[in-house]
Amino acid sequence: MIAIIDYGMGNLRSVAKALEAAGAKNVKVTSSPALISKANKLVLPGVGAMQEAMRELRKLRLIEVIKKNIFIKPFLGICLGLQLLFTESEEGGKVGGLGIFKGRVKRFSHQLKVPHIGWNQVKLKTQDPGGRRQECFMLKAIPDNSYFYFCHSYYVVPEDKSLIALTTDYGIEFTSGIRRDNLFACQFHPEKSQRLGLRLLENFLKL
Amino acid sequence: MLSKRIIPCLDVKDGRVVKGVKFLKLKDAGDPVEVSKRYEDEEADELVFLDITASAENRKIILDVVRRTAQNVFMPLTVGGGVRDLSDIRALLNAGADKVSINTAALKNPALIKKASDKFGSQCIVAAIDAKKAAGRRPQAAGKTFWEVYINGGRTPTGLDAVKWARQVEKLGAGEILLTSMDYDGTKCGYDLELTKAVTSSVNIPLIASGGAGRKEDFYTVLTQGRADAALAASLFHYQELTVKELKGYLKKRGVAIRC
Repeated sequence: MIAIIDYGMGNLRSVAKALEAAGAKNVKVTSSPALISKANKLVLPGVGAMQEAMRELRKLRLIEVIKKNIFIKPFLGICLGLQLLFTESEEGGKVGGLGIFKGRVKRFSHQLKVPHIGWNQVKLKTQDPGGRRQECFMLKAIPDNSYFYFCHSYYVVPEDKSLIALTTDYGIEFTSGIRRDNLFACQFHPEKSQRLGLRLLENFLKL
Repeated sequence: MLSKRIIPCLDVKDGRVVKGVKFLKLKDAGDPVEVSKRYEDEEADELVFLDITASAENRKIILDVVRRTAQNVFMPLTVGGGVRDLSDIRALLNAGADKVSINTAALKNPALIKKASDKFGSQCIVAAIDAKKAAGRRPQAAGKTFWEVYINGGRTPTGLDAVKWARQVEKLGAGEILLTSMDYDGTKCGYDLELTKAVTSSVNIPLIASGGAGRKEDFYTVLTQGRADAALAASLFHYQELTVKELKGYLKKRGVAIRC
């Protein structure tokens, strides 16, 4: 069973439908810690503000169960579900995230049109900082420079650069995807990215 | 590189896609879910649904249309028409809309944009602006051209300057502007370039240009000279006078950043 973690932020139904279209048989949108503990795979989606998201996660007692399971089960974070993994955000003053990884969530420069809305390309980081070649399970059959759908005002800056799986250009080159073991999180919306988005979700199902 | 978006617009009335000229004379253009699937096949970048019935008793119909569409197509959906309050926005987002556009209600109550963007995030709040060159005034009379904002589906003039209103909605937290030229809508003689430029050069949020697309060149002009981030059209695509695919190929060849 795949649990889509519901904390009242954004359009979870689209994520569920897209996973089903990618071949998932048993998808549950849930805010039950018990069900999340039982799931084989976890998806943390979400759009909107980090502060509100953390408040909801706390209220629903989801923080512990996420932290406990995040490296045990295949995990997919989408959009706010990527940003939440980091230690702090500039959004609305300084806001703390889940702190799974060290790093900051920053707002795009005021010189750019913000939000960054639309289809942009992702560059695959095929080498780690040591120059060794990496293969990312989630990016199988996704060509370099493929387009995905973005809709956000903030982006993540991981301290540990070896987390970075994808980057995208928007005024600057920002991190659009991270990976660590069976964890993958992206700034774009695979559930809204047509054919290639579904392919990425298929890769997640194969884990 | 961020690509420019090509967006088919589906005007939905009582659960069917319709299309009129200058906001009048409606013709049936098909089932919204079927039409959406065709656009997904053509790799349209996004879909906009405008519920033009939008009476209270019909809210359920558009929610059902959005729900069925979001089940069948996996691309961004923007939905507007008759959105009055936060609960309307939440219902649409829950049904599968990614962005909600607000028009009349925002003008009557600008705080709605602020509240909605605080609650759901700027990225899902679109301010829809219907504008028309102010009647009875010579364009240069006041030293510059003036476009007046209309509400209630283009029936009620407000006296407000569209460019000023665009700046205000940005300040209130809107994440995008959907700008429709009422003078050009349905005429197929090209987007209102002057109006589009006036707004894009005044705000720093993305803008979708709407109203007047007739030829491939019109899209090129509004996305380059007009500096629009996206171009929207309805009848041109519905009646297959131009396919999204053909248009995107053309724009790419002319050097516009396009996903195809």
